[in-house]
Amino acid sequence: MEYVIEMNHITKEFGDFKAVDDVTFKVKKGEIHALLGENGAGKSTLMSILFGLYQAENGDISINEKPVKINNPNDANDLGIGMVHQHFKLVHNFTVLESIVLGKETTKNGFLKMEEARNKINKLSEQYKLKIDPDARISDITVGMQQRVEILKMLYRDNDILIFDEPTAVLTQQEIDELMKIMKDMTEEGKSIVFITHKLNEIKAAANRCSVLRKGKYIGTVDVSVTSKEEMSEMMVGRKISFVINKDECTSEEPVLKVQSLTITNKETKKDKVNNVSFNVNKGEILCIAGIDGNGQSELVQGITGLLPLTSGKILLNNEDVTKSSIRQKCIAGFAHIPEDRQKYGLVLDYSLKENAVLQTYYEPKFQKNGFIKFDAVKEYAKKLIDEFDIRSSQGEDSVVRGMSGGNQQKLIVAREIDRDPDIIIAVQPTRGLDVGAIEYIHKQLIAQRCTGKAVLLVSFDLDEVMNVSDRILVMYEGEIVGDLNPKETTVQELGLYMSGTKRSVYNEA
Amino acid sequence: MKHKLKFSLMNSSWGVSFISAAMAIFIGLLFGFIILLISNSREAVPGFFAILQGGFADGAKGIGDMLYNAIPIILTGLSVGFAFKTGLFNIGASGQFTMGAFVAIFIGIKWTFLPGHLHWIVALTGALIAGALWGLLPGILKAYYNVHEVISSIMMNYIGMYLVNILIVKNIHDKIKNQSLPVAKTAIIPKAGLDKIFETNNMNIGILIAILAVIVIYIILSKTTLGYELKACGLSPTASKYAGINAKNKIILSMLIAGALSGLGGGLLYLAGSGKYLQVVDILAPQGFAGISVALLGMSNPIGILFAGLFIAHLTVGGVNIQLYSFAPEVIDIIISAIIYCGAFSLLFKNIILKINKRSSRQEASK
Repeated sequence: MEYVIEMNHITKEFGDFKAVDDVTFKVKKGEIHALLGENGAGKSTLMSILFGLYQAENGDISINEKPVKINNPNDANDLGIGMVHQHFKLVHNFTVLESIVLGKETTKNGFLKMEEARNKINKLSEQYKLKIDPDARISDITVGMQQRVEILKMLYRDNDILIFDEPTAVLTQQEIDELMKIMKDMTEEGKSIVFITHKLNEIKAAANRCSVLRKGKYIGTVDVSVTSKEEMSEMMVGRKISFVINKDECTSEEPVLKVQSLTITNKETKKDKVNNVSFNVNKGEILCIAGIDGNGQSELVQGITGLLPLTSGKILLNNEDVTKSSIRQKCIAGFAHIPEDRQKYGLVLDYSLKENAVLQTYYEPKFQKNGFIKFDAVKEYAKKLIDEFDIRSSQGEDSVVRGMSGGNQQKLIVAREIDRDPDIIIAVQPTRGLDVGAIEYIHKQLIAQRCTGKAVLLVSFDLDEVMNVSDRILVMYEGEIVGDLNPKETTVQELGLYMSGTKRSVYNEA
Repeated sequence: MKHKLKFSLMNSSWGVSFISAAMAIFIGLLFGFIILLISNSREAVPGFFAILQGGFADGAKGIGDMLYNAIPIILTGLSVGFAFKTGLFNIGASGQFTMGAFVAIFIGIKWTFLPGHLHWIVALTGALIAGALWGLLPGILKAYYNVHEVISSIMMNYIGMYLVNILIVKNIHDKIKNQSLPVAKTAIIPKAGLDKIFETNNMNIGILIAILAVIVIYIILSKTTLGYELKACGLSPTASKYAGINAKNKIILSMLIAGALSGLGGGLLYLAGSGKYLQVVDILAPQGFAGISVALLGMSNPIGILFAGLFIAHLTVGGVNIQLYSFAPEVIDIIISAIIYCGAFSLLFKNIILKINKRSSRQEASK
């Protein structure tokens, strides 16, 4: 069998930490090979070595069965290796055509000669059904289209080995389905694809084989068609993970949070980021706001919690008007907020774990007396949170939060917010960037809260999360609620139609 | 095990900070020595030793001079450092200092109706309040109108300087010397025998008041809810907003306290009875800017500021002494600047130390 990529016994250390430890990774010609692992398992490091961004301490690499040395991305490019990064690297005010040829322009006597490039791009675009307009500006096209521009960049450079780093994170379900098809078409043309992900559904849908990494170590390679999702996730995490979340019915009709005709106008653009939005969150309910990033969800939450001023509308908590209340008053009234940007809003990064544990409660009598903080009480409290919520850090309650891992930072916020015993928990993307174990844990916590009669407002861009956790789904599109769905009766595909604005079932009265 | 002990100083984060500060000072001094060499190579070595000796050249009197020089810059240093902890750059320490000095002198001259043992206390309190008001205004402008405190407090420096010039001329002018009149004896800060110990007339309990201020600020910053809030606002304005901390309030309060500290510094210097008078000149008080250096060198930590203030005062006394070797005392300013400049590289020094640590621990591992 012919291998296009052979990485043998690769080891990469960062200081004392072995990010990749004796990993062997082989990709056959013409296959889609998934690289599966949790965050920090070493997937990206391994691919960065292949792409020439890092040098391995040990091991050797062969491309098309010839031993090679890849010192930088240009070497990788010359060997026909291309990479689509998780965060696209595009110039926003360039056209599609300009973006693709950037760095490999066709010129004559120092002047650009775009026609040749344009023809090639049009041909490629047709061949792989990428449906791209070469003259559109990057800033005007959707994220899905931008990704296709990245793909075209690789194809334009005649790359035969394509690496996709978590390509589906930013896409809707429809776009994901199309991407899968494009990937399959490309393998039929003889390209080989490495597909980095931690989403098992996508591996099942697209990949031929799958290699699993865990904590920098190579666990094994399996044939996707004969391996179940459960088996793969066990390889990835090292223990069994339940995908089905057990939820008892405990939703009541009693509204905890009422949002009435909320409108938030952006001061600079004068556009309504949130346009006349109304909904209730009931006791014992997880209400999920689904939608593609940037459709007003962030502003909606910031408006409700008090971080952004409202243009108009009303907010009621337990039938009391809290529209004009300060953030502190809302906090006392029973609001808890797990913010979207945990490092910017949720934590003072240079404070220690214990200082962050009392970020909204330091002024309460149990933590202060006559204006002096009772550090013993704060320490005890932080220890309690650490024990109960399994927050891991190098120096316990004295660890500086900046040095903690993202998952443990998030656990600290979740612990703090839940432990304040609020009536409503507003969580935005609470599991973004976390590994499977931490995601499972946070979902369980949110569901446990719901079962004790609290209300949860969850904003998420992750459709699996939306479908699994919520009791009710509202879809937000361009600042408006366009759908009110029951997760048991809807499908991911239908959600995608609402999220992309193709379908609508809720209309503003105004 | 032995190895671990050897590097325990370099491994603790406090130790690394200390070493990097020491490296900054060393390189700054080295730079100063080069300057001395260039300007007068024959006298460079004795001149340099005079600087190093600083306040210790003259026995108790030298130390007394050093402490006397340290008092105002410890307070302006605290002022700048305290505001900095809240994320504000109080460049207006100079104006606050001048306002404090004027009010102290004014009360010292005019309010002779006060009983003797209260007079100096009232005068100092007046200085404190005047400085606080001068800090308050930029604070309010920042909190409510988002006017950057650097701009407004620079303006306040000039307003303060000219206003004080006008007020001196109108009220307490010594026309012959073009300066303020001498204050009443009751307004002079008690010496409590310190002048005898240090054999200098400049010494008084001002140094104790300065140390008290250091302790109070240290307690506010590290033990109280107010300090917790102020530091949170400085470290992360967004997270403190999320936590429901009233940032407007904190900005105003922080500037108020910072101003009070500078004002107190002005009062302490001009009520020392050391023969120092407010001159009617168009020059901003240099103690305000020295405060920035002190705060930077002390890394905005109150205890650090105390020692940074003493250290810079030590060099300043040395700077006076090098005039014996026909150097200009301004050389000291260059050395201090070089130290501050190197202080900005302390992160670089830190990284170097950490790299050395790592290499040695790796060698240990490979043995």
